[in-house]
Amino acid sequence: MTDYSIIINFVYVLSATLFIFGLKLLSHPSTARKGNLLSALAMFVAVIVTLLDQQIISFELILVCFVIGSILGVIAARKVAMTSMPELVSLFNGIGGLASLAVAYATLVGGENLSVFIILVSFVALLIGAITFSGSIVAWAKLSERMIGRPIAFKGQIFANIALLLGILLSAVLICAQPEIATWHYLAIGLALLMGVMLVLPIGGADMPVVISLLNSYSGLAACAAGFALENNLLIVAGALVGASGIILTNIMCKAMNRSLMNVMTSGFQAVQSSDM
Amino acid sequence: MTAIYLLFILMLAIFVGFELIRKVPATLHTPLMSGANAISGITVLGAISIAGKGYEEWATWLGAAAVLLATINVVGGYMVTDRMLAMFKKR
Repeated sequence: MTDYSIIINFVYVLSATLFIFGLKLLSHPSTARKGNLLSALAMFVAVIVTLLDQQIISFELILVCFVIGSILGVIAARKVAMTSMPELVSLFNGIGGLASLAVAYATLVGGENLSVFIILVSFVALLIGAITFSGSIVAWAKLSERMIGRPIAFKGQIFANIALLLGILLSAVLICAQPEIATWHYLAIGLALLMGVMLVLPIGGADMPVVISLLNSYSGLAACAAGFALENNLLIVAGALVGASGIILTNIMCKAMNRSLMNVMTSGFQAVQSSDM
Repeated sequence: MTAIYLLFILMLAIFVGFELIRKVPATLHTPLMSGANAISGITVLGAISIAGKGYEEWATWLGAAAVLLATINVVGGYMVTDRMLAMFKKR
């Protein structure tokens, strides 16, 4: 451990504090914009200080990715019409989920002598990341009317979903037993992607904002799990903040729309309650 | 033992997250969701440490892809949230 790790972790504590204040301010109309800027500042500081990490040996690739990513993000945020904001949030959320998926996958592929705990949390990050990604894409497609908006349900959906869950459990066992075999990784990613689609398909277009909020909460949890795999405190704190506040926000939104949270979360596992007016 | 410390952090952070969002006016639902979404782009830190660590090639490329994707999420997320909130103020 070098001197830098102290500085990095100290700044992480500062960032976590700023994130908490940012979220607090963001939940009041008069201070919301300031709160957003505060949390952006926290993110900026955290990224800069992470680059100090002495284990990092090549910067070129990272900087190129920063630049391209920023340009794409700015273009997307500027160009989109005000009316299609929820779709864009959903799309960003899916992209974030995909990033968590990639981080978890890289940990599984790149690390040597991984402990069972690390493999397990990496698997959880992989799973939630993939579900967030495919679920958000379906939500985006439904909202932007690239896909039929009404709930899609078929006979035996419950059984298909239970089979899917069992398959995911099996892939977890296989990955823990033989972490170096790539086939199991593909199996887990494929099943998790399918799971995300299956979770969102039976939910109608009108309930999509609730679903996006829920998926947003999931992407926080994915970041949190990735934090466990990489032993990064700030990833855990920020991920848990987003995960927890996302669940609460989803609950509030559900109440406002007269739906129960459990009903939305488990819609793939029960007879669909139609909310057609 | 590290895992236990990390679990402590997780538990406390979850409680803070629950407490923060108690009463939110309906107009702020979407901006709050968007703002929280930008924060979940914190994965970028993990991506940086993987992309730069000099892992084998495949893992490095995955890390770089993750940096790119997470940056889109962070930058785009904060800008979109700001755009939404800027609209509120005018009303």
